[in-house]
Amino acid sequence: MTRTREPESKSKTSSPSSSSTGMKLIVPLQGVVQGRGGILLGSLIPCALFYFFQLYLKKRRRSNDKHPSSNPPSPSSSFPELPRTPSRSNLSSRGSLTGVRLSRLATTISDDDSAYYVGLNRASRDPYHKLTNPDGIIQLGLSDNTLSLDLIGDWMRKWGSGGDDGLSINGIATYQAFDGVDELKLALSDFMHQVMGGSVHFDTSNMVLTAGATPAIEILSFCLADHGNAFLVPTPYYPGFDRDVKWRPGVDLIPVHCRSADNFNLSMTALEQAYSQARKRGVKVRGILVSNPSNPVGNMLTQDMLYNLIDFAEDKNIHLIVDEVFAGSTYGSEKFVSVAEILESDSEYIDNRRIHIIYGLSKDLALAGFRVGVIYSFNKNVLATARKLCRFSSISAPTQRLVTSMLSDKKFIQDYFETNRNRMRQVHHEFVDALSKIGIKCAKSSGGMFCWADMSGLIKPYSEKGELELWEKFMSIAKINITPGSACHCIEPGWFRICFTTMSLDEIPLVIERIRRVVEVCKFSS
Amino acid sequence: MGIEIEKPCVVELSNIAVSNTHGEDSPYFAGWKAYDDNPYDELTNPSGVIQMGLAENQVSFDLLEKYLEEHSEATTWGKGVRNSSFRDNALFQDYHGLHSFRAAMASFMEQIRGERAKFEPDRLVITAGATAANELLTFILANPGDALLVPTPYYPGFDRDLRWRTGVKIVPIHCDSSNNFQITPEALEGAYKEAESMNTKVRGVLITNPSNPLGATIERSVLEQILEFVTRKNIHLVSDEIYSGSVFSPSEFVSVAEILEARNYKDAERVHIVYSLSKDLGLPGFRVGTIYSYNDKVVTTARRMSSFTLISSQTQHLLASMLSDKDFTELYIRTNRERLRKRYEMIIEGLRSNGIECLKGNGGLFCWMNMSPLLEKATKEGELKLWNAIIHQVKLNISPGSSCHCSEPGWFRVCFANMSENTLQVALERIRNFVDKIRTHTLTAGSN
Repeated sequence: MTRTREPESKSKTSSPSSSSTGMKLIVPLQGVVQGRGGILLGSLIPCALFYFFQLYLKKRRRSNDKHPSSNPPSPSSSFPELPRTPSRSNLSSRGSLTGVRLSRLATTISDDDSAYYVGLNRASRDPYHKLTNPDGIIQLGLSDNTLSLDLIGDWMRKWGSGGDDGLSINGIATYQAFDGVDELKLALSDFMHQVMGGSVHFDTSNMVLTAGATPAIEILSFCLADHGNAFLVPTPYYPGFDRDVKWRPGVDLIPVHCRSADNFNLSMTALEQAYSQARKRGVKVRGILVSNPSNPVGNMLTQDMLYNLIDFAEDKNIHLIVDEVFAGSTYGSEKFVSVAEILESDSEYIDNRRIHIIYGLSKDLALAGFRVGVIYSFNKNVLATARKLCRFSSISAPTQRLVTSMLSDKKFIQDYFETNRNRMRQVHHEFVDALSKIGIKCAKSSGGMFCWADMSGLIKPYSEKGELELWEKFMSIAKINITPGSACHCIEPGWFRICFTTMSLDEIPLVIERIRRVVEVCKFSS
Repeated sequence: MGIEIEKPCVVELSNIAVSNTHGEDSPYFAGWKAYDDNPYDELTNPSGVIQMGLAENQVSFDLLEKYLEEHSEATTWGKGVRNSSFRDNALFQDYHGLHSFRAAMASFMEQIRGERAKFEPDRLVITAGATAANELLTFILANPGDALLVPTPYYPGFDRDLRWRTGVKIVPIHCDSSNNFQITPEALEGAYKEAESMNTKVRGVLITNPSNPLGATIERSVLEQILEFVTRKNIHLVSDEIYSGSVFSPSEFVSVAEILEARNYKDAERVHIVYSLSKDLGLPGFRVGTIYSYNDKVVTTARRMSSFTLISSQTQHLLASMLSDKDFTELYIRTNRERLRKRYEMIIEGLRSNGIECLKGNGGLFCWMNMSPLLEKATKEGELKLWNAIIHQVKLNISPGSSCHCSEPGWFRVCFANMSENTLQVALERIRNFVDKIRTHTLTAGSN
């Protein structure tokens, strides 16, 4: 039995008449105005009264038309809405809308057509496959790491079903603590200790676990700021922050622009400026949000910079949120420094209650599907609230058990990290090299899963418009999905984020060839 | 160690962080504390507090365990033909959810409704539990300051789930025992007018069917009246059907989905159904919830918003296997219903023999008990006094009607599916003793 699922056309109920209804109303209105002539105001009020009176009569006529014995389901475009929608254009177009309204937030979300999401959608509809769809779109817009997924797969095949005992649901079927079971917290604390350089101790009582880092950021936003407040965020930034911080918490993101001349490193002057400008506009800044290693650039915050940020937060009495989801995905020569390391070494002088860390397993362990995120905070009130809020975003119990088991396999974790780091380093090096051979330079990066590529020489005009046109060329000619800098709020047009961790070494030539196609086209047309 | 005087924390937190709209200070949750401090255990703590305030289903757990033992392929990774299985699963970052899982959920929901309604997998949005589903829908259907109409008595968690982060209000649709707490058109209109008088826009009606805490299904005629009401007011209808698989007799549950299908989905774009596996399948730890909407825009928006509350791909994979095994689900649904019915009859009989009547129920994991004859005063205070006695003397944690916003004092929700039959007998015995004591006391007092 087949059935179409198109939204039922509302026009069948009343739309054909609604435009002529409009006319019927306007004509008497004109008549009254003309009849009265003279003073505009004297004629407007009676016109308005007459207008509403007509509609009232129309409404009464409609309900009288129905059978008096049953309660008729009125067509969704009936008039009870009138006081709330006085504009005539709504009346005439109502027939074509689904009648019942959604919230303002829902409209914002469904209207969201940023290149980030459009690209993901198009790529998923025509996905590249070496054998079955060699001309499909290669997805380089999603920071996933498949370079070492074979290792994870092997582990899963051996141990993922609970080993010889099989998967037991004893003890995990019932309600668990919403903020995560203790065993997983312990395992994560150990894991984070390893990942962040082996010098920081993470206390499980400072942890709240969430279904991925995405709700972790959202929950922190709910805890630290009110609707209409703002966080300062260096650009370019991860497009997902717009969703995580703005949608439901209603917190604004004020960009602090970083420039290629500084390799997109944050300047404290720019931060100060952005803060005072916000203050002048009457916006209450509640915190700074940074990612380290940074997404999309891939650079890391130096120890000095971290101290500067902490001092800044102290001085302004605001929060500092550091998203460290890529902490374990470093391949460069720089050493990653977690803000937790600084806090641990300087605990007497710094009030750590204003500093919060986001972490998760989607990047460093390639387990995005499992939804494992962490809020790490020293602020008891934040933790108490976050614990209550994570009931809306808890990790599935069998997954908690499985991940605990994996993280506790220290040898496996060690092997994974070493192998993964080597593979990332190799692919990154090859890819950046190959890009430069076709004239595309990348910003210096030492972590994350992407190259931040300078294509400004290929765009015309030198603007967001030119950038998006180039993005379209990549999508339709090269058939690769990469993320345009404007989606990351980059102030300089022409930069693109290209994820390199979904390519194997031997796929690099194919990708480079496709990119080269676009480079040629651009050179030819200029 | 010396006394550490902590410097006051100067950095401010949000209003949400400091408000108490989470409602966790209400008596509903205070009773849990008494249980947590002194939990009953058949062997090690037979005089502890018996938890009858948690609607958890443990009566059919053995069926699930047996299934997993016999079908280990449900939990394996990449064995056999599907070599790409793991790669697809762990890589999954798509908020659509696995198609196999959605298809299995849709088919399970159809089975529960005796195939009287069809569910399309592409209209299912996954969420980490029904708690998240209800909150998410509220964000989509209403603006801060708007209201949802909810019939009383209702699940205490709604105060938090529908209001806390969303800023949306709940305006109660008052129901009372005169007609078995059924929703009436007058009550609907009354609630709507009450919202209007507060200058609040009503965006929808949210019903739970079968009802929590009543443990009774909503009759078809009442559902039709509710549908007519929401259509006339041009607002939404959310039907939380998380106990739909726990109705004792399959023919007694009518889902709003069936009514919509029968009328060829006319006006369906305002209806949304919430479901979860926490109650029917007794898997609250798995965090599996869904929203089913007949409104395309709601589906698209909800899907995007579900990024904050996705179900682990491992869990989806496991459940997809289990729920698409029709022989198993048929056996499970049938057996679960039967066992719940037996439990229900046991507790009703036990209470009745002590002179305590309950609302006639036909589903869910609890009964709605009428203790008003035992109240000293027929007020909320009287009810809380009795409740205190029940917690501390009888050592049973049950939920007072006032925490469910019931307008009549003296009603209590008693859960019966989260314990063994033995424990239930112990609970009934304790109630018998308590009631006897009160009756004797009253008689003695009366004769002075």
